[in-house]
Parts: sequence; structure tokens; C-alpha cells
Amino acid sequence: MNQIFMRLPGFLLLLAGWVIVLAAVALLRSTAQGIFAIAGLGVQLLGLSFVVRSHLIPHGGKR
Amino acid sequence: MPIPSRALPDLAAALCFLFILLVPFAAMGLAMINTGLGRSRNAAHMMLSSLCVIAVAAVVYFAVGFSWQGYAGRPGYAFTVSGKLWNWIAAEPFFWRGLKMDGSADSLAALLGMLSVGLAAIIPLGSGADRWRLGASCASAAVLAGWTFPLFAHWVWGGGWLAQLGVNYGLGQGFVDSGGASTVQAVGGLTALAVTWILGPRRGKYTADRMPLAIPGHNGVFILSGCFLAWLGWIGLDSAGAILFTGVEAGRAVLIAANATLAAVSSLVAVALITRARFGKPDASLCANGWVGGLVASSAGCAVIPPAAAMIVGLVAGVLVTFSVELLELHLTVDDPGGAISVHAVGGLWGLLAVGIFADASGQWIAQLAGIATLLGFVLPMTYALHRLLNRVSPMRAAAEGERQGLDLHELGAGAYPDFMSHNDDLQR
Repeated sequence: MNQIFMRLPGFLLLLAGWVIVLAAVALLRSTAQGIFAIAGLGVQLLGLSFVVRSHLIPHGGKR
Repeated sequence: MPIPSRALPDLAAALCFLFILLVPFAAMGLAMINTGLGRSRNAAHMMLSSLCVIAVAAVVYFAVGFSWQGYAGRPGYAFTVSGKLWNWIAAEPFFWRGLKMDGSADSLAALLGMLSVGLAAIIPLGSGADRWRLGASCASAAVLAGWTFPLFAHWVWGGGWLAQLGVNYGLGQGFVDSGGASTVQAVGGLTALAVTWILGPRRGKYTADRMPLAIPGHNGVFILSGCFLAWLGWIGLDSAGAILFTGVEAGRAVLIAANATLAAVSSLVAVALITRARFGKPDASLCANGWVGGLVASSAGCAVIPPAAAMIVGLVAGVLVTFSVELLELHLTVDDPGGAISVHAVGGLWGLLAVGIFADASGQWIAQLAGIATLLGFVLPMTYALHRLLNRVSPMRAAAEGERQGLDLHELGAGAYPDFMSHNDDLQR
């Protein structure tokens, strides 16, 4: 159950980061565009770390 | 009624066709590498899986895939944002109806797409090696060829919104990917990641305290021979892609071949030096991964970056692949026997970013970031969800007995090496 609580927000953050990058491209110009695009990618990296954590195999029990 | 085709000069069309004919060598190279890196008891299964996923991918792409992918200048669906057109999917008839197979750019793009999608479908086989059922890998190939690949390829290669970022928003030349670092490699690599997460590690790979045990590949000659074939295939894929999708003249193939070669060799040198320094001897399987990783990384910018930059791209790819393999296996408990995630996803994403760094166009790096964000924020969640669904309908992982016995015997009824004892590790337990 804990894995789901980590995985779902992780995928939502990946999606949210993409939307931030798209919004930066479509709505902003020059410096702000680049900063928001990098911020969007940062949000995606956070989401990816959540998803990765949710897929770690649990301690205990030989796999 | 066929739509009038965009013509290429005769020489460019002929050369492009020849380059496309080289692409199956890349598929054969990857199949050999995946086979060599897996266990001997699964060797025939891996080779047959490679052929089967190519077959399924080609049929599905022919039936529906190209309908969503299309080609620049052909019909598509678009919506408008602040007066700018966002072309999101093609509107071609199914079964290539309306496509005149006459050597036009459209027909060559369809042929290249059919061969490239097979290459993309082979990539996840490396990460699911030794435990992925044949039927399930074919179902995965059908999803990839029928939806994931064509949709993203439309955005990049078919005149879609990513390709138009330059025209619409002044971001360099739009998202640039001449040789398929995103459409083929990263899409295949991210699918490999989703498959590996869903399948879980091979039995006996991790101890109770999450320490990985080494399960070495069974045939170094396969692995390293595969690298030679992949080299040839990559030059063909990069050259054909650059002519068709970046619009370069056929003579640029010289630069493309030089860039692909320089990236591969410098990546190999980087891996060999790193593994020599860390383990005392160069690691053959990691060197093979580095070689292919260099080819993957060079694909995106093969036609637009200078050779010196291609060398740097290759060197960085070698470093990234080496440490990514270790990070995934040791710390993230991702069991990827073929190194597909590190080579194709990490190498591909790096290659896309490198175009933004080395290409001489204002705003290019933002266009490249938009493409990378799309891969991570759209393609990865979508392919993960689709594979979860497939796994719910029909389990992807082979039964425990099949994994112990070997998929050759379990699913095919005969081993690849009937004259040899290939269950040494089981006898030792």
C-alpha cells in the first residue's frame, strides 16, 4: 500500500513537470522560459525519484 | 486516392533506400548482444523473441502505426494555442492506403518507420531477459508499434508540435532528433524501464539484504560481434533519418558516419578506462554497452554537430552508461541484464540534451528540454500504465519453474545448445 502512495504522486509529478515545461514554451519568453523549463524538469526528477523508490524491492526474503 | 508525394532527388532517394536497408543490422546486433548477456538456457528464446517482436511490430505498424505517425506535410489533426498550431496526431488511412510506394520521401519514411519500430521493440527484451514470456513480449511490441512509437514519432519526425517548436516559438530548429535517439532509443529504453519494474528481478538476483549477485552473460563473442553489426546499422539509421527528417543533403552522410563512429569509439575508450581503473581489467560486457551507448547518444545530433563535439558526446555517454548500470543494479534494485535502460534511455536522453548544448541555434536547448520532458512526463507514465494493463490481462513473467528450467525448454521445447550442460548454477545449489 505504501508503494502506491509513493508511486501515484510520482507519476503525477512527472506529468506536472511536463505541463510546466509546455506552459513555459507556450506562454513565456526569453529568460523566464528557460528558468521555468528547468524547473519543470526538476519537478520531473522529483517525481522520478518517488517512482523509483516505490519500486525498490523490500528488505527480507530472498528474491 | 494516393496523396501527391514529396519528391527527393533521385540520388538522395537511392542512397536513402540503401541506408534504410542497413537498419536490420542494428536489430541483429542488439539481438545478439541481448542473447549473449542472458543465460545460455534462454538463448534460443531470446533470438526467437527478437524475430517475433520485429514481426509483430512491423505488422501492427503497417496496419495502424503509420496512420498515427504520418509525415511532414501530410494530413494531421491540430489544435490552436495562442494562434499557434499544435499538430498532435496524423490522419493517414490504415494499411498504408493513400501512400504511393514510389521512392518518394513519404514512402521511404514509412519503410524506415517499419524497420525502426522493430529496433525499438527489441530494446526492452534486453531488460526483461531470462523471465519475460514470448507472448507477453509480442503484446508489448504491438502496443509500442501501434501507439507509443507512432504518436511520439509524429511529434518529432512527422511534422508534429515538437518539430514545429522552432517555427512556432523561435526555439532553434525545433526539437532535433535526426537518428531516433528519442523516437527509437529513449522510447524503447523507457519501455524497458517500465517492463523491468513490472517484471521484477530474476530469481536469485538479490539476497535478503538487497545485495545483487552477479549473473554473467553466457557468450562474450555474441556480445562483441553484436557491436560490429550495430555500428553498421546505426550509420544507416542515422543517415536515412537525417535525410528524411532533418532535410540534410545526402552528402552529409559522411559527417554522420564519422560522428557515429567517433561517439562509439570514444564511449568505448571511456568505459574501458573506467572499468580498468576500478576493477583492474576492462569489463567486456560494459564495454559493449558503452559502444552502443555512444551510438545511441550520437543519433540525435549526428547531422548537426561537428566531429569534435561527437567525441565529447561519446565520452560522456561512456561515463553515464558505466555509472548508470551500477546505480540501477546496486542501489535501485533494477535487474536489467542487457543494460537496455542505461544504454538506450540514459544514452538517448543525454544525446538529446547534447544537441541543445552543441548545436549553434538560439533557444535550441529549450526545445530539447521540451522533448526530454515529454519522454519523462508523457511516454514513461503512458507506457507504464499500458504494460500494467497488459500484465493484468495476461501475466508477463514466466512461471517459476520456467525460469529455473530455462525459457528455451519451457516455452520452445528445445535448447539452443543441446550438446552442452547449461544448468551449472542449478547443480551447484
